[in-house]
Formats: sequence, C-alpha cells, structure tokens
Amino acid sequence: MKLGANLSIGGSLFLLAVAVGILAPWIAHTDPVMDANLMMAEEPPGREFWFGTDAQGRDIYSRVVHGARISLTVGIFAQLINTIIGTALGLSAGYWGGWWDDFVTGLTNLLLAIPSLIFALAIMAILGPGLTSLLIALGLTNWSFTCRLARASALSLKSQSYVQASKVLGYSDVRIMFTQILPNMLGPLIVIGTLGMGGTILAEAALSFLGLGIRPPYPSWGSMLSEARDQITTAPWLSVFPGMAIFLTVLGLNLLGDGLRDILDPQSRSRRI
Amino acid sequence: MLAFAFRRTLQSFPTIAAVALVVFVLFSVIPGSIATSMEDGRGPVDAAVAERMRKELGLDDPVYVRFANYATKLAMLDLGVSFRTREPVSQLLAKRMWPTLQLTLAAMVFAILIGVPLGFVAAMRPGSLIDAVSMVTAVSGLSIPKFWFGLLLMYLFALKLGWFPTFGYGGWWYLVLPAVTLGVSPLALLARTTRAAVLEVVNADFVRTARSKGMSETRVVRWHVMRNVAVIVLTTLGLQFGSLMGQAVVVEKLFSWPGIGSLLVDSVFQRDIPAVQGCILVIVLFFLIVNTLIDIACAVIDPRIKYA
Repeated sequence: MKLGANLSIGGSLFLLAVAVGILAPWIAHTDPVMDANLMMAEEPPGREFWFGTDAQGRDIYSRVVHGARISLTVGIFAQLINTIIGTALGLSAGYWGGWWDDFVTGLTNLLLAIPSLIFALAIMAILGPGLTSLLIALGLTNWSFTCRLARASALSLKSQSYVQASKVLGYSDVRIMFTQILPNMLGPLIVIGTLGMGGTILAEAALSFLGLGIRPPYPSWGSMLSEARDQITTAPWLSVFPGMAIFLTVLGLNLLGDGLRDILDPQSRSRRI
Repeated sequence: MLAFAFRRTLQSFPTIAAVALVVFVLFSVIPGSIATSMEDGRGPVDAAVAERMRKELGLDDPVYVRFANYATKLAMLDLGVSFRTREPVSQLLAKRMWPTLQLTLAAMVFAILIGVPLGFVAAMRPGSLIDAVSMVTAVSGLSIPKFWFGLLLMYLFALKLGWFPTFGYGGWWYLVLPAVTLGVSPLALLARTTRAAVLEVVNADFVRTARSKGMSETRVVRWHVMRNVAVIVLTTLGLQFGSLMGQAVVVEKLFSWPGIGSLLVDSVFQRDIPAVQGCILVIVLFFLIVNTLIDIACAVIDPRIKYA
C-alpha cells in the first residue's frame, strides 16, 4: 500500500468517528435511551429509521451515534493511562537500571503472562460495570508493550553524547528523562499508542458484549451487539450497524498507526508486523 | 537440548506463583463479604447460613492466613470448592478443558494454514495486487470485533445457508464457525509477520551466499528462508496465544461453547470466586505451557537460540 494512503484513509475514518461522537446530540434523531416506542419495534432500515429500530422501538442510528461517545472516551482515555504508566515505568527503568529495572521488568513479564482481556474481566468483576471501572480495567492492563518499548529506547538513548553532556551540566535525572530522552522516543510511542487505542476499543466492546462493561440501556456498541444476538433471526440489521461502527473505527486507528509508523519510525518499516 | 527444555520449564514457575498471588490479592480486596453477596438476585442469605459459610470458607481469618491456606492447597492442585455447584473447582475445570483446547488449537491451525501462505505469497511479490489484497485482508482481520464477525458467520452460514449448526457443542461441524471466528486475528497477524519476516530473510547475507554457491532455489527457501521465518512465526504465535485465550472467552460465550472461557464469565456473574480464580490460573498455565513448548521448538529449529 502507498505510504500516504494508510495515513489519509485511517485518519479520515478516525476523525469521522470523533466528529460523530462530539456532534452526537445534534445529529442523532432521537434520544438513544428514552425514546422507546413499542409501536415501532423491529422496523427494518428505511427512510424514517435509517438503521432500523430495535425490540423496544429505539432508533438504531441514534444509538450508534451516541455509542461513539462511549467507545471513544474509553479508547482514548484508557489508552492514555496505559501510555503514561508504560512510559513512566519503562523510561525510568531503562534510565536508572538496577533493582528498579529488575522490578519493572518482572512486573511487565507478569502482565504479559495474564491475557489482558482476562485481567480486565477480573477487574470488572470486582469493580462492577460502568465507565469508571472500564477506564481502570482497560487502563491498567495494557501498558506492557509501551513499557518494553520505552525501556528499550531509554537504554539505547542514555549512552548518547547529548545525554551524557546534560549529566555533566548537572541536570537532574527527571529533567534529563523529560527533556532529553522522552522527546526522542515519542514517535514509536505515538505509533504504539494509536494501535493500542484500537485494541482498547475492541476490548471495551468485548466486555460490554459480555455484559461487564456498559450496561443497557445506555448505548455502547458492544452491548448493542449483545442485545442483537438474540434477535439475529428476526432483526439481523440490529447486528450490522454497531459492528460496522466498531470495525471502521478500529480499522481507522490501525491504518493511522501504520501510516504514522512509516513517517515517525522509518527504520521499522522493513520489520513491521 | 533436554537441559534447555528443563531450564526453560523451570523459568515459568515463578511466573505461576506470582500470578497466583495477583489473582488472590485481586479477589481478597472485593468489598463486602463474599458469603453475603454470593446469593445475588435471590435476596440476602440467612444470617446463620452466612455465618456458617464464613466459617467454612475461612473468610474470618486474616488475609495472610488465607493466602497461606490458598497457596498450600494450590501446591497440591486443590483449587477449592465452587461456591455455586459445591463441586471441586478442579473437576469443573477438567470438564471444560478439552473443549477450550479443541477450539484454540483449531483456531491456531486455521490461522497458520491460511495466514502463513498468505504472507509468503505477498512477500514473494511485494507491491503486487496480491500483496495489496492480502495486506488489506490482514489489517481488516485485526480490526474486526471477533463477536461481530462470529455473529455474521452465524447468520450467513448457519441461519441462511444451513451449512453449520448455529451454536452449541458436538461433532467437528460445531467447531468450524467458532474456530474461524477465533482464528481470524491470529491469521491476520501471522500474514503480516510472515510477510515481514520473509522480506527480511530473503535479503539476508546468508541467503545471498547460499544462492551464489549455486544452491537451488527450492533448497534456499527450504533450508534458509523457511527455517528462519519459522522461528519468527512461532514466536508471534506464542505471544498471540494470550490474546487468543482472552478472545476465546467472548467466542465461547457467543457460540455457547462449554469451555473455560464461558465458565469464567458465568462464574463472574455468580460471584463464584474459587471458580473465577481457577479459570484465570488455568488460562495463564495454558499460555505458559504453550510458550514454553514454542521456545523449545524454536531452539530445535534454530540451535543459536539455546545459547542466547
């Protein structure tokens, strides 16, 4: 694929999802939770209801549009927490070394051994469903790759002459980490953060699908699909649109991540996976 | 080689111990008493019953005593008794083990059989149409929500065409749709990894040397390219296995597959803590065993690894 194609297609898809999320109250036709109308239950997609209606007669289009808010809020903020934790731990471990490095490496390996969705599921089981629980569960369980990357970059960057020079000038460790090392590893961190955001959105959808994320009646794409499963014979359109929304948003983020990698981290282009 | 296998196996023991600790700590911080919250939905339990259960489960002991008891039992492979069915958790898990193993193995085989050749073909003709098509397939496979893909497959192949059963557990034809659903993301990742690995290996010095000394193309591919690619592919597979186990939970739930994943979800809803702990431990154990086996296989394929 061409170098710029990933970036522009991915970027547009993601920006579209963000725009839909921000503009949801204005572009939705009805209230996604309150406007149930049993007279209009299970209407197929048509002129009045673009994406059809569900068993309670709620407009699927409006619910999908509002669902963008939950998916993106969780995706963006949980991934931000992951990136901050992973970078802070990895950067300090790589820079300081010693027992702290051993500790962080051990913690990372431990986290890698527990499948992140399983870990998140366990945390959701303890905290109960809801947005805050989702942010905690998904924000605390997916930082291992960021941490490894930050640690590896810090290890190789700390022997650079400009870092040594800042040491000689008497800069504090924290100042060196923030002003000398961090800016030089931002590219790969942004790439892995973008790709991770797609994974986080998928994880939120999976947890909500299992009934552990956002509980009905609030529209999350995952919980909408969980309701749609039972009506797949009578109302297959219920499954199509929320799934398509997740797919296109995550596809956008993955393409954007690939595109950013080609620009920000060119050495990895040949070994990209 | 035996020594390497032994050493590699020993290395996973501390991880298991640490995971057991994490799982225990996670569930001993649950607010409220397990004995009173376990009858969720059916109203609070009788105070006398709750008291008896607290005693029976040792919930009044200090946390460190409980952990010591838990660890001692765990060392003897005793995972406790399910709050819900009163069966030993190890028995519950034993019943669910085989379906999960079947599902994950079938998904892996599907992913390897399609993903690796796809990546190989793409790498042999970089920039061609087939390369573009396979890479678009790969990025889509990584982006598609598994349960949605499963629902679509279910709708098309079970409800519309009637080729496969909608859900449930039985003969091999019950396995097809869940395995394809679960296999789609490792397939996508394998296609991308294989492509990248082949591209890197065909440009390596040892391949040029092999060609220049007159080795036939088939032998170059079989001896040098395949072997090196296999190591990268296997390692990816091992790392991917964890997320596969995670996804299996969702796929099992979607297809009502009686594996460990669906037991985990059901136990979470019923606050059956011993069962939840047991499921998580078994899933981690699966992951570690698979990765140990893969590391040993890699060392057989590429002897340099043994000394690294």
